[in-house]
Amino acid sequence: MSAAPTWTIASVRDALASKKTSARELTKDFYAQIERRNPELNAFLALCPERAYAQADRVDAALGKGHPLPPLAGVPVAIKDVISTQGVRTTCGSKILETYTPPYDATAIERLEKTGAVILGKTNCDEFAMGSSNENSAYGPVRNPAALDRVPGGSSGGAAAVVAAGLAVVSLGTDTGGSIRQPGAYCGVPAMMPTYGRVSRYGLIAFASSLDRIGPFATNIADTATVLSIIAGRDPNDSTSAAVAVPDYLGEIEKPIAGLRIGVPEDYFGAGLDPEVKAKVLAGIALLEKLGCKRVPLKMPHTDYAIATYYIVATAEASSNLARYDGVRYGVRVPGSTLMDMYRKTRERGFGPEVKRRIMLGTYALSSGYYDAYYLRAQKVRSLIARDFADAFEKVDAILTPTAPTPAFKLGEKTADPLAMYLADIYTVTGSLAGVPGISVPCGKTAAGLPIGMQIFASHFAEGRILQLARAFEKAGGFSI
Amino acid sequence: MKISREDVLRVAQLAHLDLAPEEVETYRGQLDEILAYVGKLQEIDVSNVEPMTQMQPRSADGAATADAKAEPELRDDVVVPCNVADAVLAEAPDAAKPFFRVPKVIER
Repeated sequence: MSAAPTWTIASVRDALASKKTSARELTKDFYAQIERRNPELNAFLALCPERAYAQADRVDAALGKGHPLPPLAGVPVAIKDVISTQGVRTTCGSKILETYTPPYDATAIERLEKTGAVILGKTNCDEFAMGSSNENSAYGPVRNPAALDRVPGGSSGGAAAVVAAGLAVVSLGTDTGGSIRQPGAYCGVPAMMPTYGRVSRYGLIAFASSLDRIGPFATNIADTATVLSIIAGRDPNDSTSAAVAVPDYLGEIEKPIAGLRIGVPEDYFGAGLDPEVKAKVLAGIALLEKLGCKRVPLKMPHTDYAIATYYIVATAEASSNLARYDGVRYGVRVPGSTLMDMYRKTRERGFGPEVKRRIMLGTYALSSGYYDAYYLRAQKVRSLIARDFADAFEKVDAILTPTAPTPAFKLGEKTADPLAMYLADIYTVTGSLAGVPGISVPCGKTAAGLPIGMQIFASHFAEGRILQLARAFEKAGGFSI
Repeated sequence: MKISREDVLRVAQLAHLDLAPEEVETYRGQLDEILAYVGKLQEIDVSNVEPMTQMQPRSADGAATADAKAEPELRDDVVVPCNVADAVLAEAPDAAKPFFRVPKVIER
């Protein structure tokens, strides 16, 4: 079992300011912990000590000169292995990128380091972020620090596990259909998917471009708010990043929540929801009511179509985005007698089974004769799902649901049945399709001690409100309800 | 059964995947099951619904919301230095500067 994480952004700051430790010492301590724990968790795929110590020394030097500390000074962070890091191997959990070292940093990475963060390494994930259990990684599954025989969730399983195990203070993951929120729920840490366009994706290796988002894992809401405020905002290198002002999320998390209308859609509490999860999430909602929120029953009638919609839209986009892996410009090449033969052999051997399955599903949905019946129809249903959210936000300020229908399942339990695995995302894909922000916050545990997550959605760019609700919930003891 | 072996082979060809014979039947069964599930999308009347083709936030009536620009802000179309050729080619499995090298495609 894991020791509870002890460091937060604030405690790192205090320890540095009061000279209780140095950034270098702290970095060393974290690497020592990683060396001890990573063999059983398999959560890190690569470590970058040279880069980390160079950054730690910069922080210590600035501190020595009496310079003011930037917000993440000396904070050890981990990065999901789909986000580009210059000079640090980035595999996307895939064999096809086994040899790939990006020649540039993602904007989110640049922003973290500019504010003092110490990047420790890259975390394991499902191959190209496709999966809900981390078992689709070419480098072996991550184990859940709360129960080593269980999955950490996916696709950002490593990023969730390292924060839950105290091997990084915060981490960045990516969410396409639930890949931040669901592992956050399974590992018992706050996990936020910002609004589509809130955070630059320059340097994020694409899976499904109309869905992919970068967001933070942390152990508390203040740290979630701090990281989001640093990585959010317009980036000239990403035309899909929104020119919407970034509020002072941390400064506003203590704003009162009394009087907020919280919507509870009945469609998220029906068949398939584990009774223990249901009971805890309903208790969590009751706690928010006690804090002065007004509960509003909702109907979101297209919820039941979200998984079907998602697995057409996301796979169609993936089949196009992953066409770039052909053994020509980067990654692994398997020689062939002709150019076409080389493409086909490289892709056949480089991609794992789930990635191939999704490429084929997406190719089928886009192919001549099937486009209207599958892709175009899914895009239309996506409009209806987005409308469900828009209609709901006419009546409520936030929507409360379970993050996932069950707690973390056992390793190997669903690997033979892709469709059963897809259904683990049933409550998260809706918000992905609609483009709205959402968070998963810890909401107690099952009798067996497995973490449970409660999800909070708000309207586009209302991350501030989500964080205020999450903070009030945290403060009132909701995380261990 | 909606998906035949021939469908799988056709899609694999379009996607440039050289499937092993035993994979063909596995994927056939799995894609068949997934597409049967996806078939539930046919239950919905979408005759008056526009496809969601872009991700700028929209309100319920389809108008762009006030808190985000409907059109992405575009950069000025000017040339900026971009000296990355060496770094990019260094990642290639087979490069001969300034080219990526691949098996011969033109017969003479």
